[in-house]
Amino acid sequence: MKKLATFAVAGVMAAGPALADLVIPDLHYRTGPYAAGGIPFSDGYQDYFNLLNARDGGIGGETVRIVSCETAYNTERGVECYESTKGEGALVYQPLSTGITYQLIPRATADGIPLHTMGYGRTSAANGDVFSHVFNYPANYWDAASVIINQLLEENGGSLEGKTITLLYHNSAYGREPIRTLETLSEMHGFELSQLAVDHPGQEQGNQWLTIRRERPDYVVMWGWGVMNQVAVQEAINTRFPMENFIGNWWAGADHDVAQAGADAAGYRALNMNRLGDMPVFDEIRTHVHEAGLAAGDGTNVGSVLYTRGMYAAMLAAEAIRTAQEIHGVAAITPAMMRDGMEALEITNARMEELGMPMIGPEFAVSCEDHGGTGMAIMTQWNGTEWVTLTDFIAPDDSVTQPLIEEDSAQFAAENNISSQCGES
Amino acid sequence: MPDQLIFAMEVTINGLLNGVMYALVALGFVLIFKASGIFNYAQGVMALFAAMTLVGIQQGRVPFGHLINEIFGTDVHYFGWEVPALAAILLTVVVMLAFAVLVQKFVFKHLVGQEPIILFMATIGLAYFLEGVSDLMWGSEIRNMDVGLPQGINDAIDAATFEIFGYGFFIDNLDISAAIIAAILVGGLIAFAQYTKQGRAMRAVADDHQAALSVGIKLNYVWVLVWTLAGIVALVAGIMWGSKSGVQFSLSLIALKALPVLMLGGFTSIPGAIVGGLIIGMGEALFEFSIGPMIGGATENWFAYVLALVFLVFRPQGLFGEKIIERV
Repeated sequence: MKKLATFAVAGVMAAGPALADLVIPDLHYRTGPYAAGGIPFSDGYQDYFNLLNARDGGIGGETVRIVSCETAYNTERGVECYESTKGEGALVYQPLSTGITYQLIPRATADGIPLHTMGYGRTSAANGDVFSHVFNYPANYWDAASVIINQLLEENGGSLEGKTITLLYHNSAYGREPIRTLETLSEMHGFELSQLAVDHPGQEQGNQWLTIRRERPDYVVMWGWGVMNQVAVQEAINTRFPMENFIGNWWAGADHDVAQAGADAAGYRALNMNRLGDMPVFDEIRTHVHEAGLAAGDGTNVGSVLYTRGMYAAMLAAEAIRTAQEIHGVAAITPAMMRDGMEALEITNARMEELGMPMIGPEFAVSCEDHGGTGMAIMTQWNGTEWVTLTDFIAPDDSVTQPLIEEDSAQFAAENNISSQCGES
Repeated sequence: MPDQLIFAMEVTINGLLNGVMYALVALGFVLIFKASGIFNYAQGVMALFAAMTLVGIQQGRVPFGHLINEIFGTDVHYFGWEVPALAAILLTVVVMLAFAVLVQKFVFKHLVGQEPIILFMATIGLAYFLEGVSDLMWGSEIRNMDVGLPQGINDAIDAATFEIFGYGFFIDNLDISAAIIAAILVGGLIAFAQYTKQGRAMRAVADDHQAALSVGIKLNYVWVLVWTLAGIVALVAGIMWGSKSGVQFSLSLIALKALPVLMLGGFTSIPGAIVGGLIIGMGEALFEFSIGPMIGGATENWFAYVLALVFLVFRPQGLFGEKIIERV
């Protein structure tokens, strides 16, 4: 009986995961209506960890083990993925979906596993005093809305008085996120804001673009995702809306969003939370990952907008792991240690340069109170064949976004009976 | 003339043309339902599959390339040639014919005589299977659709309406093309059904399976024919919708727009699909134009169903559907 038990334990240990690995779940969507955006992000996310494993033997001597789970951008499946992978010692989740994020916030907080919702999810999670396990650095939706308006102010001599701006948005929690910020900014700067909702998935926008053609707003700002982006760009071309006055947020500025329209879409602009273009790290990935047959995808996405963003997200996670290892003096960190690492994360230009991705994002430091980063973003433009960077990193107007974050997070804290997290520490 | 009236006219014309696009999808449903009593849930996915296949052939992609590379460690993605649009369309029709044969041989042949709900469930399974095959065969990335259809504002209509109303109407050249193609398609289908031997056999099966069998019409053959025709209709719908957005998974969701059209026009009438499409297209466009701004907009999806439900209450068989009279 004793022998049997020994064999059983040995068998379980042999078959089970190596517990010392740094487990990084990748809740991706490579199928379904949003796969075109999910694939390059996931490729970039996985390839960077594969690079660290192949080139450096992991992080701090520990190999990274990626646990993949397909969500198809479906909230229920995303929650199932979380539940089925958290037991493996998951260090951080990057759900790449606002819907899934909202469901995971209470679960992950209760389980003590950090979430990184980079440029999506619940905006007020930037307040670390309330959301102890949620991080949305380097920027959030309200930052994005503010950055767009700041850029338009810059282009219009500091005044948007009398201008008209139409928000074309995905009729979902994600799409409605910037409305409050834009309304506040509209009152502050005197521009007229109109809103046009587009239902999922966004294949039909004929009526919305007829309205835009009739009303001829000075600018159209788009909060889209998936097929909505491609159709909107095509409709803007069809209705001859000036493309340089059509601006998408950072989820509406990928290569596939303009590929169908091609050269006709030249001039269309979009925000980005990270810099584009060639970087030394891509060569490293090609050499150590793709040529070694370790790539997550077929290699065609390397350097694309969303691949770069996925890689940037992985870099931020890897740097948080390093920080956690330094804080706690152990290589095999736990999710609780990872949270500490994320909260003490500091990204500098020197470090980004060292990692082969110079100036990929803004410099920022996370703190207990501030889980949101600087909120800076760049403006990019489609020139007909590729996305080019138009501006340096632009800062949002914190005097607008911060009160909104505090108000919303205070409401969440009251509803969920959460006391000050930073005060207690 | 008041501005609002002029705008409403523009919205109405655009709504009618959108309706043609809906009707293109609905036609595929009608063909199969009329001939076999099967409500083909997979019609939307067939449009996706047909469009993916067309683009794949055009671009000279290796089907199942990802799978082949994964298994054999190769790195093949393209054959190295490109196929002209017309030839690619013809080859896609051949693929849809093969698909029809396989569906008949491996699925519906074994389900003859089963309850309609069983057949419906089978098409749900078929839809998910085809979705997966489509992904495996051609990948999940967005593909560019380019078969040479014109797109963008029609300048002649813009200028003419500006001359009359002082405001140029926006009419998309692609929508005009869709209307012409839909007219040719419907004319062709009606001529096929009326004047060819195969068409008459199809109508006979649609009227009465047992009677058709008793006069020697092969049910299998007719069903393959009907699924092929539905495949061709799916290809046309895929081309039209894919030209707007690129060919991607969302194309399969266009089937949702066909349901209210079918509820309104009836499941068994080709003219019903066209008229139903026009009414839905125009109705939802005018509702969005007039009421939408007061209630937050984005009314198109749900209003189409409300409109169809209203029609159902008064005419359950749809505008052109056959009234079912069952005597005990």
